[in-house]
Amino acid sequence: MSSPTELTAVEIAAGIKAKDFSAVAVAQAHLDRIANVNDKLNAFLFVDTAGALAQAAAVDAQIAAGELIGPLAGVPVAVKDIFTQQDVPTTCGSKILENWQPPYDSTVVARMKQAGMVLLGKVNMDEFAMGSSTETSGYGPTSNPWDLTRIPGGSSGGSSAAVAGFLAPLAVGTDTGGSIRQPAAVTGTVGVKPTYGGVSRYGMIALASSLDQAGPFARTVLDAALLHQAIAGHDQMDSTSINQPAPDFVAAAQRKDISGMKLGVVKELAGDGYQQGVLNRFNEAVELLRELGAEIVEVSCPSFDYALAAYYLIQPSECSSNLARFDGMRYGLRVDDGNSSVEQVMSATRAQGFGEEVKRRIIIGTYALSSGYYDAYYGSAQKVRRLIADDFAKAFNSVDALISPTSPVTAFKIGAKINDPMAMYLNDICTIPVNLAGVGGMSLPIGLADEDSLPVGLQIMSPVMQDDRLYRVGGALEAALLQKWGAPILAKAPKL
Amino acid sequence: MSSLSRDELRAIADLARISLTEAELDRFSDQLSVILDSVAKVQEVVTPEIKPMSHALEMTNVYRPDEIGESLTAAQALSGAPARQDDRFKVPRILEEE
Repeated sequence: MSSPTELTAVEIAAGIKAKDFSAVAVAQAHLDRIANVNDKLNAFLFVDTAGALAQAAAVDAQIAAGELIGPLAGVPVAVKDIFTQQDVPTTCGSKILENWQPPYDSTVVARMKQAGMVLLGKVNMDEFAMGSSTETSGYGPTSNPWDLTRIPGGSSGGSSAAVAGFLAPLAVGTDTGGSIRQPAAVTGTVGVKPTYGGVSRYGMIALASSLDQAGPFARTVLDAALLHQAIAGHDQMDSTSINQPAPDFVAAAQRKDISGMKLGVVKELAGDGYQQGVLNRFNEAVELLRELGAEIVEVSCPSFDYALAAYYLIQPSECSSNLARFDGMRYGLRVDDGNSSVEQVMSATRAQGFGEEVKRRIIIGTYALSSGYYDAYYGSAQKVRRLIADDFAKAFNSVDALISPTSPVTAFKIGAKINDPMAMYLNDICTIPVNLAGVGGMSLPIGLADEDSLPVGLQIMSPVMQDDRLYRVGGALEAALLQKWGAPILAKAPKL
Repeated sequence: MSSLSRDELRAIADLARISLTEAELDRFSDQLSVILDSVAKVQEVVTPEIKPMSHALEMTNVYRPDEIGESLTAAQALSGAPARQDDRFKVPRILEEE
């Protein structure tokens, strides 16, 4: 029998339920895998061996007692280090929170515990989720399992690397401008950014509150649907949580029929700056969707050309406000010589605790919100946001879902863009419009680029609270690709 | 071309409570000028009649019943405090002495 680390979440859950193997054996196999390969990846920042084994033992005890267990009971999951977990270190990739142990669980963590999932530990990320490569982490970069000299995407690069490298079948990440979808694209995994308000933000350390959403990483569309279903739904601890039932993502993923669906290819998300191999795989996938019975039309969303500029004003503005809480007064680092005023202590603490990208964005945001510049920068960006939401609304009047490449390029080399902030920001060009409008988005693997044999992702975008359409399209396309390839894409990745 | 002088940058960083080194001032004033120049593109398309959008869910207030529930204990709330005294956060001097 193959190792439990090679199984999907669905297979693990079924095997545990059928007593083919115990939840403890599954947890131990993943802990062993982490112990063996994490040095190469730097995906996990903290491994909760005791907590994981205790949770797994509790699931085994429930099964022995004949109790009903949920569809993900005993399935291991990696947790992006942005989610608070009680008494487990939570750094958000920043030295300012080194050794901080939150006194409470985020709702996402609480729901995964409730579902009987086995939380393996905390995974790496760009500092405070600011980045597209996981290189801005205060704890060193994470490597891409496809090529250890390349980035795993970001900011949820620990999540994507853990799933692509078979350290965990599932992971949770967060997506403010593409931080789930772009890492999924460059590692050959599935990643979903739910509708804004679809998953609670309570206990998720805020970057830009009007854009941040938590979502799943998995190796299959169905596995992603199961995790999404487990964490979705209204939460009174988050005032922006949508108070209506989540659609049935699992049924949509299993449907594997898209005949009669109308899909729009976004004209603006292609062209200059897109790697040829990315466009080749994308065009082939569009043809495949057509063969599967979808009607394909081209859709123009002209305001998307301004999305990147609007995003890099709105996001730093919100972050400059959100990160004011890291002032060294109540938790985290404090740099104090004993003779300084409170302002001096705050300034010294933030100078030492924050990395360069975080400082840059806080300063940009402070500038964009300052009187004299507010209307020209933040005010204009908010108007562009309206135009982008209007473009989506108009498009969804005529199509069921939109499609585009997820990232204009495949995984680049560690170090290639870290000293050029604008070059780094361009990685999010396809994913940002979704966050500004609050709609749903998925990335799934559609093959390897001709130039470098690295994974390429296709992005699906759905209207608000219609995330089931992501799974319907994704599930059908994945099944057709699997038939064409004969094996999942990750079978082509080098062995770690 | 937008540009951010060293003095302007220092003033903004002070407002944001971040001390910058001389090297950071040099590097950031160049980098942030490039970024500001690029994001100023938003000004090309906006007109006075477009209504600004601050949030994907345009809600006003969300209420819940005002009921006493469980919350963190003082010990839990203080568990990460860099300094404490009795059941309180201890912070550096805020007011000058008279």
